[in-house]
Amino acid sequence: MQKQLNVSAIKDGTVIDHIPTKVLFKVIQILKLEDFPNTITFGNNLDSKVLGKKAIIKIANRYFEDEEVNKIALVAPNAKLNTIRNYEVVEKRVVKIPEEIVGIVRCFNPKCITNAENIPTRFQIINEKSIEMKCHYCEKITNENEIRIK
Amino acid sequence: MNKKNLISITDFSKEEYLKIMELSRYFEENPNQSLLKGKVIATLFFEPSTRTRLSFETAISRLGGKIIGFSDSNSSSVSKGETLHDTIKMVSNYADLIIMRHPLEGSARYAAEVSDVPVINAGDGANQHPSQTLLDLYSIMKTQGKLDNINLFLVGDLKYGRTVHSLLMAMSQFENPIFNFVAPPELAMPDEYKLFLRQKGIRYFEHLEFNDIINQADIIYMTRVQKERFIDPVEYEKVKNVYILKNEMLAQTKPNMRILHPLPRINEIHTNVDSNPKAYYFTQALNGVYTRMAIISHLLNLK
Ligand SMILES: [Zn+2]
Repeated sequence: MQKQLNVSAIKDGTVIDHIPTKVLFKVIQILKLEDFPNTITFGNNLDSKVLGKKAIIKIANRYFEDEEVNKIALVAPNAKLNTIRNYEVVEKRVVKIPEEIVGIVRCFNPKCITNAENIPTRFQIINEKSIEMKCHYCEKITNENEIRIK
Repeated sequence: MNKKNLISITDFSKEEYLKIMELSRYFEENPNQSLLKGKVIATLFFEPSTRTRLSFETAISRLGGKIIGFSDSNSSSVSKGETLHDTIKMVSNYADLIIMRHPLEGSARYAAEVSDVPVINAGDGANQHPSQTLLDLYSIMKTQGKLDNINLFLVGDLKYGRTVHSLLMAMSQFENPIFNFVAPPELAMPDEYKLFLRQKGIRYFEHLEFNDIINQADIIYMTRVQKERFIDPVEYEKVKNVYILKNEMLAQTKPNMRILHPLPRINEIHTNVDSNPKAYYFTQALNGVYTRMAIISHLLNLK
């Protein structure tokens, strides 16, 4: 194969591609990959035609529902999901940002009740292009530069 | 049956605003009631606000209800580290309705989710204070006989003032309002509210001072320009006298014009305005009792 990747191929599972390099670890956090028993390989600062440099994650024997994986669109809006079976890409998907984000991101407002008590945060996405999300509780807006994973 | 709460002014529809107006008038004419007989209302003030608490407690007493609660968190279990969740769970077992004020933003929305009984937000930090807005609406309704076609001057701190933001949202539900924003650049109305008005096709104008245009106003809503809001103290010194309303300025104003203020006032309305019949801020505060009677009755489906 001419276009060989620097991360070894998997037989069955999911490849998450086109992740911006600086958010690789946020994606790992959002998907809670540290709790997975599966074999996971990832690469960062790989060459990419689209992004210049990119990150990639390969998770063996694991497949994702849209609901589970769409959350990463918050930090990696152009990420692509390839479903692999027997070394073949059998499905390609793009992530789509959900209308509501529950329990992943901290509210940037230090005076918000969600930063004082153990409450799952809830945000409504009010701008998809440059992410802006409105806190269901304090009604303040957290933007993409202020996103911190809970 | 679905439990009703009042957390943000936008929780109520225009129809509900009008119902609250009608009920407020009814309670003003018939202030002594027994609608809350046998009912217990909790007033939980996690931070002190004597003015708001007395207004709510007067409303409850006028409706014939009993009050439990605390007036600041030092005298409650909160100071022993109890979570808001647990306090609300406990109190919602005791009371038929909870009125709460809390320094953290979003606390009232969260309490409403935890509570089995209706919750009224009496202020959550800098976020919302919807009963203030409803009493402002009632004051406009009473003095102008309508809520449509009102030329409303909002003066002072339009950046941080939550009362002016909520009033703007509420008044934009009515026909053909005109907003005049009078503020220093540092405290100008935030873009999100101006964008909201443009999207709704509502007219607004921005001014740095208001001496020359004051005669257009139906309502002048004054707020305080606080020194702490300015990064540069020199800027504050420059503008501090621009946003003070004095009796001399009122000579050419419309006969129906009235001056509102959420109180407490510091110096933004000169005391020589107080005896002018156009000064309405003390009556406005009294209106709060009737409006709060209306809100409680509405949420408990008593009227
Ligand atoms: Zn928040």
